[in-house]
Amino acid sequence: MTPFRVLTATACPLPVVNVDTDQLIPARFMSRPRSAGYGDFLLHDLRAGPDGAPRPDFPLNRPERAGAGILVARRNFGSGSSREAAAYALVDGGFRCVIAPSFGDIFSSNAVNNGLLPARLEEAAVEALLAWLEAGGREVTVDLEALTVAAGEGRWTFAVDPVWRTKLLNGWSDVDLTLSHAAAIEAFAEADRGRRPWAWLPEGTAARP
Amino acid sequence: MGEAPRTLLDKLWDAHAILTREDGQALLWIDRHFFHEGSHHGFNQLKARNAPVARPALNVGVADHYVPTRGRGGPIADEGVRRMVDQISDNAARHGLRLFGLGSPGQGIVHVVGPEQGLTLPGLTIVCGDSHTSTHGAFGALAFGIGASEVAHVLMTQTLWQRRPKRMRVTVEGALLPGIGAKDVALSIIARLGADGGQGHALEYAGSTIRALSMEGRLTLCNLSIECGARCGMVAPDETTVRFLRGRPFAPADLDRAAEAWAALPSDPGAAFDREVSLDAAEIAPVVTWGVTPEDALPVTASLPDPDRTADAARAAQIRDSLDYMGLRAGQRLSDIAVDRVFIGSCTNSRIEDLRAAAAVLAGRRARVPGLVSPGSTPVKRQAEEEGLDRIFIDAGLEWVDSGCSMCVGMNGDLLAPGERCASTTNRSFKGRQGKGSRTHLMSPAMAAAAAVTGHLTDVRPLLEGRAA
Repeated sequence: MTPFRVLTATACPLPVVNVDTDQLIPARFMSRPRSAGYGDFLLHDLRAGPDGAPRPDFPLNRPERAGAGILVARRNFGSGSSREAAAYALVDGGFRCVIAPSFGDIFSSNAVNNGLLPARLEEAAVEALLAWLEAGGREVTVDLEALTVAAGEGRWTFAVDPVWRTKLLNGWSDVDLTLSHAAAIEAFAEADRGRRPWAWLPEGTAARP
Repeated sequence: MGEAPRTLLDKLWDAHAILTREDGQALLWIDRHFFHEGSHHGFNQLKARNAPVARPALNVGVADHYVPTRGRGGPIADEGVRRMVDQISDNAARHGLRLFGLGSPGQGIVHVVGPEQGLTLPGLTIVCGDSHTSTHGAFGALAFGIGASEVAHVLMTQTLWQRRPKRMRVTVEGALLPGIGAKDVALSIIARLGADGGQGHALEYAGSTIRALSMEGRLTLCNLSIECGARCGMVAPDETTVRFLRGRPFAPADLDRAAEAWAALPSDPGAAFDREVSLDAAEIAPVVTWGVTPEDALPVTASLPDPDRTADAARAAQIRDSLDYMGLRAGQRLSDIAVDRVFIGSCTNSRIEDLRAAAAVLAGRRARVPGLVSPGSTPVKRQAEEEGLDRIFIDAGLEWVDSGCSMCVGMNGDLLAPGERCASTTNRSFKGRQGKGSRTHLMSPAMAAAAAVTGHLTDVRPLLEGRAA
């Protein structure tokens, strides 16, 4: 994964609460292989009108937001379904950071696992940022080392789990780290079989033991 | 010095932490990973690394998200659906994993199958690439939904890195009134906490009302924990839990010995919670949702809120957006809302007790609107048919189909038409959840049956008078 340090990019306002993952990517697109790219599915049914044509008033469709890398939304962003495809759609759609007052827990960890920063910013700051963007502001800088968001004259401090911060700063994925603990895992499993024999399942694939 | 009192969450956590880093991240041992057709992204990551599954026996597959609910046995017409159903079989076969696939007598919805087969037990850590994995917490397990990268991580290591969530206890005391069930309790809790009120927390449900719930009721309650944003929900194991597990295929052979271990799991007296919330069972009425998030829930006897009379501007905007999407008017009585369709099913409400509750309302009556009844598993379907419930649904004019996620998420093609309004026993009233432009009202199985009978949202209680509910 590409390390995330400082990002300066066009920001797109999405002044909506509870942007759930069903809206981020409707379920019907999720059987597609990732290699096909998920960017076109991002917020698909909100971006298009009933006739399927793009809604010109929808923020992501506005020409001044073309190439946006930062999305700014209201509380409870990414709530609902655990679909990692919601993070794929954002990343493939060019986003590296979402700024909101709060995030769905599962979405946040999916985002981090895809190099996408879920930056928690206080509600008042998000409202100020949204107002600045809607007044024509465009470029925002997110500094993950300093934990700051800067836009025009505004500058705020955001929050992110320190573990996720380290992971994003270094572009780490968990699996290699975990595999380095293989001996500890093996020892735990061995002892657990004795401690909790009832927790283990028989080997094999039979639908009845 | 005695040990500090611990909560159920802490006991589960401590028993599974292989190691804990200074930054608070713990590497947790995972006892069960359930996968479904939608887990393909996780398996693809495994393939990309050419990695094996670390502990095949602890990873169990269930075909539910994409499976057809009609025409079983014949070829699957939709190419995309067929590919998904084939893919889970291929992945299970390649890695030697147990699979309750399409055509298996144990097939059903993963969160129904786990408990039914005795795969879900107290004291376990359980994960699945599905947010409603919180369901399994009903047994006193630490169960939560994960994303595809985490699915791949569990497949490769049988572990996950996690931070211990905060503890919240939700206590409900007293007897529920007739016609009120676990769904009404859950929706009342979500309305109280809000769609994000549980974020970062593990919920423990406690109190006399919860103790009196059957396992089916507890599963419904824990299922909906994610709808207030909680990481997971749980109920301490007790006699009800052990009784449910007796004789289940994968339950421990020496159940009594296991039950002795489980008896140590409930939170110790005096254990501290970060947050406490309490509800009075006597105040819980039949609840329906009216907006595009499950937090928009009200007693069916209420009227819709008026954004012009809502002081908080953000809340007023949210109400306006919900009313607009749902095609409703401020001040409209909930019981005046006509529905086009009903759906009884999903991991929330498709167990035998749910079907009995719906059938108790529908017996001898005709539905005024079309509807679909999809039992939670093939064994539930068989049992319902033995009890004659299928006849009640069919005689009422509803369609009795096979088991799967079906119209809760519509991946298999069971969808509402744009603009259609559904009385649904599912878990999410999100925009487009049951199909593009769909409008969903969440409610209990009894309430969905009542809506079918009258053609509009209805208080089920008068329809139950003189009947054994």
